Amino acid sequence: MPLNEELRQFVTDNFLYGKSSAGLADHDSFLDKGIIDSTGVLELVAFLEQRYGILMQDHDLLPENLDSIDNLARFVGSKLSRN
Amino acid sequence: MQVESFLEQSARSVPGKTALVCGERRLTYGELDQSANRLAQSLIAAGVHRGDRVAVYLENSVEAVVSIFAILKAGAVFLVINPTTKPDKLCYILHNCRAKGLITDTRRETASGDALAGVASLLAIWLAGGIGKHVAAAGKRLVDLDAVLNDAGLPAQALPKRCIDIDLAALIYTSGSTGRPKGVMLTHLNIVAAATSITTYLENRTEDIILSVLPLSFDYGLYQVLMAFKFGGTVVLERSFTYPYKAIDLLIREKVTGFPIVPTMAAVLLQMDSASVQCPSLRYITNTAAALPTEHIRRLRDLFPSAELYSMYGLTECKRVSYLPPEQLDIRPTSIGRGMPNEEVYIVDDEGNRLPPQAVGELVVRGANVMKGYWELPEETEKMLKPGPLPGEKVLHTGDLFRSDEEGYLYFVGRKDDIIKTRGEKVSPREVEDVLHAIPEVAEAAVIGVPDAVLGQAIRAVISLREGTQLRENDVLRYCAARLEDFMVPKSVVFVSSLPKTGSGKVSKREIAASVGETV
Repeated sequence: MPLNEELRQFVTDNFLYGKSSAGLADHDSFLDKGIIDSTGVLELVAFLEQRYGILMQDHDLLPENLDSIDNLARFVGSKLSRN
Repeated sequence: MQVESFLEQSARSVPGKTALVCGERRLTYGELDQSANRLAQSLIAAGVHRGDRVAVYLENSVEAVVSIFAILKAGAVFLVINPTTKPDKLCYILHNCRAKGLITDTRRETASGDALAGVASLLAIWLAGGIGKHVAAAGKRLVDLDAVLNDAGLPAQALPKRCIDIDLAALIYTSGSTGRPKGVMLTHLNIVAAATSITTYLENRTEDIILSVLPLSFDYGLYQVLMAFKFGGTVVLERSFTYPYKAIDLLIREKVTGFPIVPTMAAVLLQMDSASVQCPSLRYITNTAAALPTEHIRRLRDLFPSAELYSMYGLTECKRVSYLPPEQLDIRPTSIGRGMPNEEVYIVDDEGNRLPPQAVGELVVRGANVMKGYWELPEETEKMLKPGPLPGEKVLHTGDLFRSDEEGYLYFVGRKDDIIKTRGEKVSPREVEDVLHAIPEVAEAAVIGVPDAVLGQAIRAVISLREGTQLRENDVLRYCAARLEDFMVPKSVVFVSSLPKTGSGKVSKREIAASVGETV
């Protein structure tokens, strides 16, 4: 599954409780859409670490890295290319 | 003194000082005061009178802060509605207080449009984010908030005072045991008294810079702004604590001196590496909503060695009850302290007799910070506000069970009702159960709080289904997420064949907690 779709699947399953994510564009902010909170971010971090073997640093926990499917894909992509 | 004077006095004494930092924006006291004056004029021009209610339904933002003070300047009563509130509940609250005005943004207005058309009392809606081609809810006048704040030919000088300090200043809606939110009525005097007591024991000074990530709809978040403006400090206002490093970055960059938290934030902060958290400017951290585990207290001090830690306790009905002086933290780490300055607290039995140290009873609060009651709910008010020692005086019966030690320090024992505290917010199980019962497949539902390392208590729905029907956990959560504020949505669902009952046929929460109440 392409990275964007896999990330979208996680967001759909965990933050939208399985509701269709058709209304969520890849560039939409999770904060603006009200679909994530700080415990959701912790779940997201655990998923990224397990699924992609990424080691998350404290300073990675910023909206620039995590707050949309586009941002997530860019962040995961750059982490993976550095490994 | 009135609450808007907090802003007005600082605007006179330090007009050029930065009052508010919000994202990229930095506003001085002078600028904020002028914007608030313009919006107050606009409110009055639209027909808002002394004592009318005006709601603010916005995320933490410059506009939300200006709106609160503008409403007060217009002589009206403000209420801040949690920005994740869904249209049904928003309209319930607007109806309940017969709000004359609503200040919100285009996205939220669009989401609630049709429902707003039915709120008859509403004269106008002030919209942040530009009106453009926006179509208002039927029959409602739209005002471009940005245009009002940034000029629009409105005079920016102060308005004549319309209120006295025993007039209402705010309604704060809290979860009620009936499942419907109740509006806590606070006068100017109530708020000034609480803000004075708190800033006294925190020893706030004009140099203080406060970082607040708490929503303005939560009294703890609201007071960060009110108090900072009172002592002429600076508030760094963030939308949320969602991305924790953003808060750490602001602590460091803005040289923050005061950081209010709730236990859920502590649990997240403590997952951070201490090397990335270097905030030597931090003078104090306050914690309220629930006690911090002793281990978290120790680790927070390691993470923020320059900061003193205040354990506190309160309820919206009187804002704050108690605080533990930081030097007492090692002596009595599990105490939530003593009454704050200019307030008396004591423990009574069921007949209202004062109890000696170590006896468990209900905590009573006496002081100018105690609310005037719940908006148009005389019976509920009577349960909480009972006659005090002076003629006509009312004291607050908190519904919380406490004991005190020989030196008068308080220890939380439990609640008299089944209100759940999650992420620092109170949730009435009944309000969540009402939503669950509306799901066609649900025969019976009960909601309990289960211990959770991050949330304090996590909300768990326990459900029995009608015969022959099927439902998955995600179906239930999705249904709830569309109808409840974020913090009220259950974290887990347990399906059972039937709910245990007491002898009188009532659902037994105690038995449910015993059978499915363990942490997963």
